[in-house]
Amino acid sequence: MSDRKCDLVIIGGGPAGLAAASAAREAGVKDICILERDKKLGGILNQCIHNGFGLHTFKEELTGPEYAARFIKKVKEQDIPYMLDTMVVDLSADPASGEKLVMAMNKEEGIFTLRAGAVILAMGCRERSRGALNIPGYRPAGIYSAGTAQHYVNIEGRMPGKEVVILGSGDIGLIMARRMTLEGAKVKVVAELMPYSGGLKRNIVQCLNDFDIPLKLSHTVVDIKGKERVEGVTIAEVGPDRKPIPGTEEFYSCDTLLLSCGLLPENELSRQLGVDLSPVTGGPVVDESLETNIPGVFACGNVLHVHDLVDYVSGEAAVAGENAATYLKERAGKAEAAKKEADIRIVTKNGVRYSVPSTIHMEQMADKLTVRFRVGDVYKDKVLCVYLGEDQVSRTAKRVMAPGEMEQVILLKSKLLEIAGGSIDEKHNTLTITIEEK
Amino acid sequence: MSEVKELTCICCPIGCSITVEMDGKEVKSVSGNNCPRGDAYARKELTAPSRIVTSTVKVTGGDRPVVSVKTASDVPKEKIMDVIREISKVELQAPVHIGDVVVSHVAGTDADIVATAENEKV
Repeated sequence: MSDRKCDLVIIGGGPAGLAAASAAREAGVKDICILERDKKLGGILNQCIHNGFGLHTFKEELTGPEYAARFIKKVKEQDIPYMLDTMVVDLSADPASGEKLVMAMNKEEGIFTLRAGAVILAMGCRERSRGALNIPGYRPAGIYSAGTAQHYVNIEGRMPGKEVVILGSGDIGLIMARRMTLEGAKVKVVAELMPYSGGLKRNIVQCLNDFDIPLKLSHTVVDIKGKERVEGVTIAEVGPDRKPIPGTEEFYSCDTLLLSCGLLPENELSRQLGVDLSPVTGGPVVDESLETNIPGVFACGNVLHVHDLVDYVSGEAAVAGENAATYLKERAGKAEAAKKEADIRIVTKNGVRYSVPSTIHMEQMADKLTVRFRVGDVYKDKVLCVYLGEDQVSRTAKRVMAPGEMEQVILLKSKLLEIAGGSIDEKHNTLTITIEEK
Repeated sequence: MSEVKELTCICCPIGCSITVEMDGKEVKSVSGNNCPRGDAYARKELTAPSRIVTSTVKVTGGDRPVVSVKTASDVPKEKIMDVIREISKVELQAPVHIGDVVVSHVAGTDADIVATAENEKV
């Protein structure tokens, strides 16, 4: 079996993969292939039938499938090849040529390998499962992740249950609280372990408040009743140590428990290839070009870090696509394909949990670089500060910052060089993002 | 008598915290919004709240048993369940295309129900 060659292989045909492909084609990459494991392009957007997508990108409010359709149309107009029902099973690099070996399979061709000049990782993320949450009790039917329930209702047209309790206030959980209510189910309560919601504020308003669904913060599920099918769950208040407080237990009868307790980037393939992963995000560690430690391998979208807004995913993915094009033009196949060591390392502290990217090569840095991050707690009336070495780059007053909402700072290349006095020296090789008092 | 109300804008996922100064039933000032949509939302939310409704409609002969739909414009908040009841009765024949009008003037409102996804005939 001979390996097929392909300049750029994109793993995943969701919002990230589509936008990356489109941008790479615009930047001159002729030979592209998108590999998608589902029956249709569009990824998770196909089941996100609610509105609120695209305000940044298209200046109008679209539903998930409509937003996806815009990008699918573009990819088709650009004549970019894609393979559906195709699962990538292994990813490795050929040490001699630097090519990436993408092993995939589908019903028509069986197992095959694509020899890629560059790869964009766009596999998205997965929901945290019951197993990862350690909820005690039997394993009856009726326990679903919120996204699985969303697939049942919106794609398959089936209802998972009639009386629902939701654990976790992530956006999918909030959206499903409304969706199940509209379809005739009774959503009794949403319990959230943390003292704040993990979802967007707008979703609390329009998905819970609009339908009088109570949100219980600092509460968790301590027991699930039922052997064959869920019969009810017990919810208890938790203290500051997040441990249940005895005596606060309350029983809710229900036939369905939905879990919306966070998303985890899906990086099994990245790990096989030896991509360095961040212990904070679970996604690859990347530089200003969204390139991983493996030259020619880029990452974007929820596989990199979990986003709230698909508009930001599309923007980020376009950057990855353009940089993959530059790599193919300038570095692929050359002995010095690896970049020099980064000029600037980005450090986050005082509640800033991580940043994407985490390093900057000045030579490859665009005039404007968007650095995105999340904070670890709710911060009110604080100042978001950026320093290059000891010197201040920016100070931004913030009314509220919360873990559920991604934050960003935009770095200007000219400003960094001006602060450092023309070139980055040892005194200016660390960029710190931090939260300070007013 | 002026009264101050705090709202969370639902126009987009940013969710601006909006402060509205009311004088009786009249809006005196709106602040905290990052765009004009927030101003319009706040004024409307306190006088005549409305929502875009999204759901699914049954499809026969298509590649999936349902297709997603939305109200092409917002409908009064108190009409949400009426809208849902009406579209739950609808059954379409594949193919269905994005933008196809599924129900016009749903539940006596000015809004049409339109398809938001493709459902191919199989």
